[in-house]
Amino acid sequence: MSNGALDLRDVKGPSALGGGTRRAAELLYLLASTEFKRTYFGTVLGYLWSLCRPLLLFAVLLEVFTHVVRLGAHVRNYPVLLLLNIVLFGFFQESTNAAVPSIVSQEAVVRKTQFPRLVIPLAVVTTALFNLAINLIVVFAFVVVYGIAPTWTWLLLPIVVGAFLVLAAAVSMLVSSLYPRFRDTAIIWAVLSTALFYATPVLYPLQRLHGTFRTLVAMNPLTLPLELARRWVIDPHAPIDTTTVPVAVPAAIAFAVIAVAIWVFNREAPRIAEEL
Amino acid sequence: MQPAAGAETSAAPVVVEARNVAKTFRIPDRRIDSLKERLVHPLSRVHYRELRALRDVSFHVRKGEFFGVVGRNGSGKSTLLKILSSIYKADAGRVRIAGRLAPFIELGVGFNPELTSRENVVLNGVMMGLSRAEAQRRLDAVLEFAELESFADLKLKNYSSGMMVRLAFAVMVQADADTMLIDEVLAVGDAAFAQKCMDVFREKRAAGRTIVLVTHDMAAVQAFCDRAMLLHDGECLYLGDPEEAALRYYRLNFETPSTGKTQSGPVGVPDVNVRVLDAWIENRRGERVTNVEQAEPIGFNLLIEARQELLRPVFAFHFRDADGNEVFGFNRTLETADADKDRVGPGERVRIGGWIDNLLLPGRYFVDALVARNRTQGDWALHPVRLLDFVVYGTEPGFGHVSVRADVKATVEGGEASR
Repeated sequence: MSNGALDLRDVKGPSALGGGTRRAAELLYLLASTEFKRTYFGTVLGYLWSLCRPLLLFAVLLEVFTHVVRLGAHVRNYPVLLLLNIVLFGFFQESTNAAVPSIVSQEAVVRKTQFPRLVIPLAVVTTALFNLAINLIVVFAFVVVYGIAPTWTWLLLPIVVGAFLVLAAAVSMLVSSLYPRFRDTAIIWAVLSTALFYATPVLYPLQRLHGTFRTLVAMNPLTLPLELARRWVIDPHAPIDTTTVPVAVPAAIAFAVIAVAIWVFNREAPRIAEEL
Repeated sequence: MQPAAGAETSAAPVVVEARNVAKTFRIPDRRIDSLKERLVHPLSRVHYRELRALRDVSFHVRKGEFFGVVGRNGSGKSTLLKILSSIYKADAGRVRIAGRLAPFIELGVGFNPELTSRENVVLNGVMMGLSRAEAQRRLDAVLEFAELESFADLKLKNYSSGMMVRLAFAVMVQADADTMLIDEVLAVGDAAFAQKCMDVFREKRAAGRTIVLVTHDMAAVQAFCDRAMLLHDGECLYLGDPEEAALRYYRLNFETPSTGKTQSGPVGVPDVNVRVLDAWIENRRGERVTNVEQAEPIGFNLLIEARQELLRPVFAFHFRDADGNEVFGFNRTLETADADKDRVGPGERVRIGGWIDNLLLPGRYFVDALVARNRTQGDWALHPVRLLDFVVYGTEPGFGHVSVRADVKATVEGGEASR
C-alpha cells in the first residue's frame, strides 16, 4: 500500500451519495438490474405478467372512452395515443409509489452498512425505467400496426422520457425520505398520484379541456412532455398549447419540485438510519 | 500527532482517528410518525428524552493494529462503530480515516434471498467498497473460501443457514479492506466457526490489516488486541493494555456494591435454634460485594443469633461450585479457652468473620453453613443453609476450581534418538 493511501480524510457521516459517485452508480446499476432480472427471469411469464397491467388498463380505458364517454372521438389515432400515455404515466406512477417504502424496506442495509442513501429510491426508478423501455417497444409495435408512418421525430422521444425520469426521480426522493418519519406518506401519495392521473392529459389531449381545469392541467409539469410525445410520435399536426399557461409556469413548478426534493433528501439522509 | 496511550509501541501511521466524538439520540416520549398526528397536534411539542450515547470520545488506531472496543450493553460501542462507518453522523467531534474501511456489523447484511450467491457476492463486494470489476474478479476466491463453488447459481433462499454464514463470512474476508470494523460477528456460529474467524483475524493482522473489534468477549480481546478501549456510559474509561481493559470490564460487570438485601443476602431457613441475621462478602475496601475478583481475598462475614442456648457450638462452612460439589470448607469454634464460656445464650449474637485466601478460578460459588451444638454429640442446631452465593471473575482460566501455584517446568532432555 502506498503512503498516499494513508492520508486521513474526514468522515462526515451518512449522506445521499456517501462513498463516492462511482460506487453509488455501480450500486444503482447492480440493484436495478438484479431487481429487473428477478422480475423477468424469475418466472417464465414474468414479463408477460408485467405487460398485462398496462395492456388491461388500456383495454378498459379504450372501451370506456371510445364507446361510453366518446372522449377520444375526434382525436387522431386515439387508441395508440392512449396506450402511449398510459405507458408513460404508468412509469411515473409505478416508480414513485414503489419508491415510498423503499428506504424502510432496505432497513438492514441502511442501518448496518455504508450505503449511499440516494441509490435506494433511484434504483426503484431505474428498474421502472427498464420496464418502460420494454413497454415502449410494445407501444411502437402498436404504432406500426396501426399504420402510423415513422418520422424522424420518433428519435426525440428520449427527451420526453428524460423529463419523466427526472420528475419521477425527484418525487421518489421526496416521498422515500419522508416516509420513515411520516408513515402516512404512502397513503397520501397513493391518493395524490391517482388525482394526478386525471390532472395530466392521459385520457384526453389538453385541447379538449376548458376553463380552470384546462389551466390547472396546463400547469402540470407532466403535461407538456405528454403533448410533445403525442406530436412527435402519434400525430405531427397535434397542437402544443402554450397560450393557456406560459411554458415557464410548469417549468418553474418542475424546478421547484426538484429543488425541494434535493433539499429534503439531503436534510433527511444523514438521519434516516436513526429514524428507522 | 497525539501522545501515545497505553501499550502503544508502534510508530505506524494513524489510520483511524476520532477526536472528541459525541452523539446524543433524542428519543421522543411519544413518537409522532404520521403527518396526520402532526396536523392534529400542530402546536404540541414533542418531548424528548436525551440519550447520550457517546460523550467526548477520542482515540486513534495505527496501521496494522488490532484495536478492541469493549463495554457493557448500552455503553455506546456500537454507536461508535456506526459513526466510524458513516452509518450515523456524529453530533460533535471529528472522525478521520485513511484507506478503505469496511464495517461488518452483522454477517450477510444486504443479502437478497431471491438472488443467486454469485449475484449476492458481487453486490456485497460493491457494497463494501470494491469496484464492480474487482468484485467480479474475487468472486471465485469467495466461493472457494466458502466451499460453495457447486452452489454458485443456487438462489440464496435455498441455502441452509450454515451455508449462508459461510458465504457471508467469505465475502467479508475477501472484501480485504485496509481497515475492518467488526461488531460481534464472532457471536454467531458454532465453536468451529468461531475458530475459523480467529484464524482469519490472525492472518489479516499478519497481513498488516487494521482491525477494530467491538466485543463482549474478553478472551478474544486478550488473545488478539494490541490495545483496547473500555467504554462506559458513552465515556472512555480506559485506553491501553487489553489485559487491563478486560479486567476493568469485569470489575464494571461484577463489582456492583451489594445493598445487603440482594440475592446474596442471608437466605437462612428459619430454625428453631438459630437465626441468620446477616451474611455478606466484602472486598478489600470494606465494601459489600456480590462478586469477587480473582485472587482478591474474600472478606467473609456472618452474624447469627441464638434462639436457645448453644453449648460448645461448632460452625461449619462449605464452599461449593455451581453443581454443588464441595470445593473446600472449614470449621470454627468459639474463640475461648475456658470450657465454661464455650456457650451462647438465647438472644446472644455470634459474629463470624475474616479473610479467606482466594484461590478460586472464575465461576459461581455457594457457601453453605451448618451450626452444631454439643459438638461431641453432633446435635445440629441449624440445618445446612445456603448463606451466600458469589461470582469470582477474572481473566485467568484453568482446570478445575482452584489455581494452585505450580512451579513445574517442561524441558527437553537427550534421549535414545540424540545419541
